[in-house]
Amino acid sequence: MAQTGRPLSPHLQVYKWQVQMASSILHRATGIILAVGSLLIVWGLAALAAGQDAFATFTACATSAFGTIVMIGWTLAFFYHLCNGIRHLVQDTGKGYAIETFVRTSWMAIIVSIVLTVAVWAYVLTGSHA
Amino acid sequence: MSKDLRNPLARARGLGSAKEGVGHWMTQRITALALVFLTLWFVITVLGLMHADYATARATIAKPWNAVLLIALIITMFKHAVLGLQVVIEDYVHTRWLEMTSLVLIKFIAVLAALTGVLAVLRIALGS
Repeated sequence: MAQTGRPLSPHLQVYKWQVQMASSILHRATGIILAVGSLLIVWGLAALAAGQDAFATFTACATSAFGTIVMIGWTLAFFYHLCNGIRHLVQDTGKGYAIETFVRTSWMAIIVSIVLTVAVWAYVLTGSHA
Repeated sequence: MSKDLRNPLARARGLGSAKEGVGHWMTQRITALALVFLTLWFVITVLGLMHADYATARATIAKPWNAVLLIALIITMFKHAVLGLQVVIEDYVHTRWLEMTSLVLIKFIAVLAALTGVLAVLRIALGS
């Protein structure tokens, strides 16, 4: 940044923490995670097209301990970006900007995404459907 | 302003620093809306295939509707990803050559990845 000596506008460190800060930066962070994750989807599809051996390598990676941790994190990133994305789409219509609503929907996006992630992985890991 | 007979959207088109108007913003929202449905369908489909063997997984993807939706997902997903990453790079990368390089690089990677994904789905669907 240019050292102009002019006064600066207030920045992050002078504000009290608010949930909207988290919901905002998490949307970007999860977006970046999902962009990387989209490459993994392509890997899976390419492996499925390439043949049984390639797909076995893919599923071995995906179901390994490290792969499972990545997939759980990915699920959480997906559901958060989905929930908060829907919140943003609603806000684009001009609704939901009252401070109380804004804070509540921030928490809702965070909590609902955690609940959905737990639900999906409970379904996957219990294996009762197999 | 009152003499302007164009509607607000027509007026907004062509504005902005890049002279692309509301194109970026609008495309990001439309792809987002499509992805709400496409990604949920994808997650449900993948969960259904969780314990499937190779042949079943391949046969499921090969079904015409699944193949079409999957190709739609791939294209929309990478378009949305590029639009989002572009804004992040423009906001945080302040070294001009690094910013430009990153912006071009994400587009190259996204196009190649999307084409790879589409080709994979076509190979599965057409059985080659």
